[in-house]
Amino acid sequence: MVTWTDFERATIQDIFSKIDYDIVGPDALSRCLIVYPWTQRYFGSFGNLYNAAAIASNPKVAAHGKVVLGGLEKALKNMDDIKQAYADLSVLHSEKLQVDPDNFKLLADCLTIVVASQLGKDFTPEVHAAFAKFLAVVVAALRKQYH
Amino acid sequence: MSLTEKDKAAVKALWAKISKSADAIGADALSRMLLVYPQTKTYFSHWPDTKAGSEPVKKHGKKIMGGVGLAVSKIDDLAAGLLELSELHAFKLRVDPANFKLLAHCLQVVIANMFPKDFTPEAHVACDKFLANVALALSEKYR
Repeated sequence: MVTWTDFERATIQDIFSKIDYDIVGPDALSRCLIVYPWTQRYFGSFGNLYNAAAIASNPKVAAHGKVVLGGLEKALKNMDDIKQAYADLSVLHSEKLQVDPDNFKLLADCLTIVVASQLGKDFTPEVHAAFAKFLAVVVAALRKQYH
Repeated sequence: MSLTEKDKAAVKALWAKISKSADAIGADALSRMLLVYPQTKTYFSHWPDTKAGSEPVKKHGKKIMGGVGLAVSKIDDLAAGLLELSELHAFKLRVDPANFKLLAHCLQVVIANMFPKDFTPEAHVACDKFLANVALALSEKYR
């Protein structure tokens, strides 16, 4: 059972209210595909991923980045039972998409870096720690249905 | 995943931009690591205070960035260049090498936070590879 302090709850809501979903999602996903190129294995149908410039301007990557952020919003709205809220998503990633769950951490790290670059001084160590905890819970929930 | 000439050039270019703020980067990254990954505090039980801004954290952050700067200058042969540091970490400090990843991540979060325009995806991948190679060089003498 994950328990959240008042500070953590407020901070995580605050982060999501401050970030631009249309920038953070696409940026984080394209960074993941650039910095950890083996993650491109899951996006064979996305067309041109040949270099950083192509990835950063690929419309399918951008669209999918927004889908990922939408998924995070689901966790945001169900913070007291992310495991339950993500049960179907976990099955999807495990059985249909067959994503190696170690990749979730890579995307989470890229998300943290993009949010850090967006929030500047507001991304204090305490805010960073709350966000890291949130992403760790999300990643654990996504791993839950892998058997 | 060894460093290409392009990676080395990107790392040197990034270092040129950020090195003036090395002390601040080191202190910030270290304090974030201690807060975000509390298990890392186990290596610093001899410090009275592990909070951001405390003297031991600032001093040690500076020391760490000295190591990073050394690594940049020895980028063509990290194993040889970081030999002494590797022996220190292997025989004296005995830091579990898994922790190098955690500090590397925090360093990059701080660089992205302080230098958002310079920490482009291209700079990020070169930096990530560089820090992974530094970690490898530091682990060289462990066994």
